Amino acid sequence: MAEAFSVVGKPLTKPDAFGKVSGQVKFADDLSLPRMLYGRLLRSPYPHARVLHVDTSRARKLPGVLAVLTGDDLPVKFGILPVSQDEEALAREKVRYVGDPIAAVAATDEWIADEALDLIDVQFTELPHFMSIQEALAGQGEPIHGLSNVHKAVALEFGDTDAAIRAAEHVREDIVFFEGNTHLPMEQHAAVAQYAADGKLTLWTSSQTPHYVHRALGKVLDLPMSRIRVIATPNGGGFGGKSDIFAHELVAAKLAIATARPVKITLTREEVFYAHRGRHPVLMKVKTGFTRGGQITAMQFQSFLDGGGYGSYGVASTYYTGALQATTYAIPRYRFEGVRLFTNKPPCGPKRGHGTPQPRFALEIHFDKVAEELGLDPVELRRRNLPSPDSQTVNWLRITSCGLEDCINKVVEGSRFLERRTSMPLGRGLMPHSEVQLKLDRNGGVLVLCGAIDIGQGSDHILAAIVAEVLGVALDDIQLTTADTDLTPIDLGSYSSRVTFMAGNAAKAAAETVRDRLFRVVARSLHCDADELMARDHRIYRSDRPAEGLIFAQAVQLAEAESGVVTGSGSYTPPKLAGPYKGSGVGPSPAYSYSAAVVEVDCDLKTGEVKVPEVWIAHDIGRAINPMLVIGQVEGSVYIIARVQEPDGARSARHAHLPG
Amino acid sequence: MSIADKVAVRLRVNGEDTAIMVPPYKTLLEVLREDLGLTGTKHGCELGECSMCGVLVDGKPFLSCLAMPLDLEGRDVMTIEGMARGRHPHPLQAAFAELGAAQCGYCTPAMLLTAKALLDREPRPSREAIKAALSGVLCRCTGYLKIFEAVELAVSRGADG
Repeated sequence: MAEAFSVVGKPLTKPDAFGKVSGQVKFADDLSLPRMLYGRLLRSPYPHARVLHVDTSRARKLPGVLAVLTGDDLPVKFGILPVSQDEEALAREKVRYVGDPIAAVAATDEWIADEALDLIDVQFTELPHFMSIQEALAGQGEPIHGLSNVHKAVALEFGDTDAAIRAAEHVREDIVFFEGNTHLPMEQHAAVAQYAADGKLTLWTSSQTPHYVHRALGKVLDLPMSRIRVIATPNGGGFGGKSDIFAHELVAAKLAIATARPVKITLTREEVFYAHRGRHPVLMKVKTGFTRGGQITAMQFQSFLDGGGYGSYGVASTYYTGALQATTYAIPRYRFEGVRLFTNKPPCGPKRGHGTPQPRFALEIHFDKVAEELGLDPVELRRRNLPSPDSQTVNWLRITSCGLEDCINKVVEGSRFLERRTSMPLGRGLMPHSEVQLKLDRNGGVLVLCGAIDIGQGSDHILAAIVAEVLGVALDDIQLTTADTDLTPIDLGSYSSRVTFMAGNAAKAAAETVRDRLFRVVARSLHCDADELMARDHRIYRSDRPAEGLIFAQAVQLAEAESGVVTGSGSYTPPKLAGPYKGSGVGPSPAYSYSAAVVEVDCDLKTGEVKVPEVWIAHDIGRAINPMLVIGQVEGSVYIIARVQEPDGARSARHAHLPG
Repeated sequence: MSIADKVAVRLRVNGEDTAIMVPPYKTLLEVLREDLGLTGTKHGCELGECSMCGVLVDGKPFLSCLAMPLDLEGRDVMTIEGMARGRHPHPLQAAFAELGAAQCGYCTPAMLLTAKALLDREPRPSREAIKAALSGVLCRCTGYLKIFEAVELAVSRGADG
């Protein structure tokens, strides 16, 4: 019998691989247009200050300078979330972190642009600054925004946790701090803007979320969306760091309009640290009641997030620090209180597992201590609190399949954890809408149009593989056009591990629509029922009599002759899963993925130097569309988090948002 | 910038003699990308820390962000665009593509050239030697394992062949 799939599940070479190894893939900074100017941003040297006056007269006189912008040129506020429209492309009244942009220049080259920045005179009055959660809470001095440094406070309770904890046979409370860190993609953010004589603005940008950038450009520049085209270039690494709307994108567009010439702004590596949107530092308190046998009876969880200077994704991040506790372990009663504070640091946002690795870190430390107190091995404590498949958590989240136990068993066996754990700590990890259009040509080629951008994770391959599988053609027959707001249907972006599931399901639906049309014409031609047909190996044929069939391209020609170009679209909307309470939109997922890990750590007892010689990790991800790409993601995720846990990384991260 | 402020620079780039007029303060990275259109060489920290800008000069790894073209008069520069043999990818390029060693692809040009320099010097390097040779080229996507495996695959196929 033939294999169930011909493309899906195979470690095939992804479509952009040869472009990448030959250096031919064009990242945003690789683009160059005739008469292009270079833009640079003047950034605040103070963490918190009032901007009294910006004098650009000397800069404007410098030969080679074609435009200088200040906040008054871009007065409309924006933000990635509708509830947090608190950013300005160029700060007008106040700067809120070192690096907050104040003015911008376009010049014939970058040296002249830099020189012009030095000629801009800004008068500041410094304000007291808030550099930590504690300082922000103490609130000494003018708040960063509005009347208080509290950006968002949420409180949810499911069941009577106080009573359950009072009645618990064993209670433990821990306070844990998780330091923030940044994504540091190797490619700096870059954007190229062009304003054509017909009044159409095009922005090429290294963005995970081009449709959001499209919307913000329309709002801030006060242009109809139809006059703006955003094309996301391949991202030279994203990790969540390019999923916001950035000042340089809006400024490049405004400078291009002001000068009627193309403008490129590429951030320096230093500026990438100011752009940030990295993982929030979070201070957490967790209190849990257990039975003597180690079963959780109730949990109370508090989180304080150090948000940096602006809202960004922070409201969602806040909810995320409390949303997924009960999907990993069965918690029958649960209270969550979360507070996000503004501080005078670069704004925090989403990074690989948005807002959930911090509480995961706290909970796993907490559970290890509880296991010790109850005289249980740490694996057994977790086994006694596994969530059930096809269940609902106390905070209304629907769990479908759950491979957590399998993951735990695999890594425990693979690492011989129980035999070796005497002097070894244990770590555990949890990882957390879309349309696709197809057009078929008479030679059997398939054009896939999708708004999702490949950020290195291989999403182009996933879309191509799914379409190829459904239509029974080869990867080479698929052409992709992605992330272009003029050409591709909407996709919210490449973040939170959503593309394979959401864009993938949309691609499957689109391909099935087209396949059904082809099956109808082929069925008439072969005098059979459409449901007797299958598509495989560039043919559409009767599954019971494989010799009877048509070449795929012939089927396309037949369908086209009958009713015009063969096109189809598909979409994916997640089922309505949110519970009946405010904030319930954060956390639901059509399918959770589970993971378990054992990490071997060598610690030099004299110096405290930590090395991680080996990691055993198992992920419950469902079907791998391309196992090679999955392994690449898992290996990369281990590496990026292993760097955070080493003391040097954490220590430096305490002073600045350094790479995680 | 008037022509009088520019200097003539002659380099051998990817096997071709190249003569250009450039401002003397431009780095090799900028000249390759902006004056010669060879954007396969990537712009990184421009401080010599991340090696995104790595090229080969006379066959050895070289940080183009720290090099001034005037100092390299007449020398042989190889960029990623010169690595394939005509339409045939270098065995390292093929191995990187096949094993998924290029995720986002931004470090890939420098990673490949640095690996090539290693294999030209040491055709059968150990895993430790591969790690040491590539340690300066930062990658944030892969965790390096697939990169090491791809170099080893190229070695097993005879990367110098």
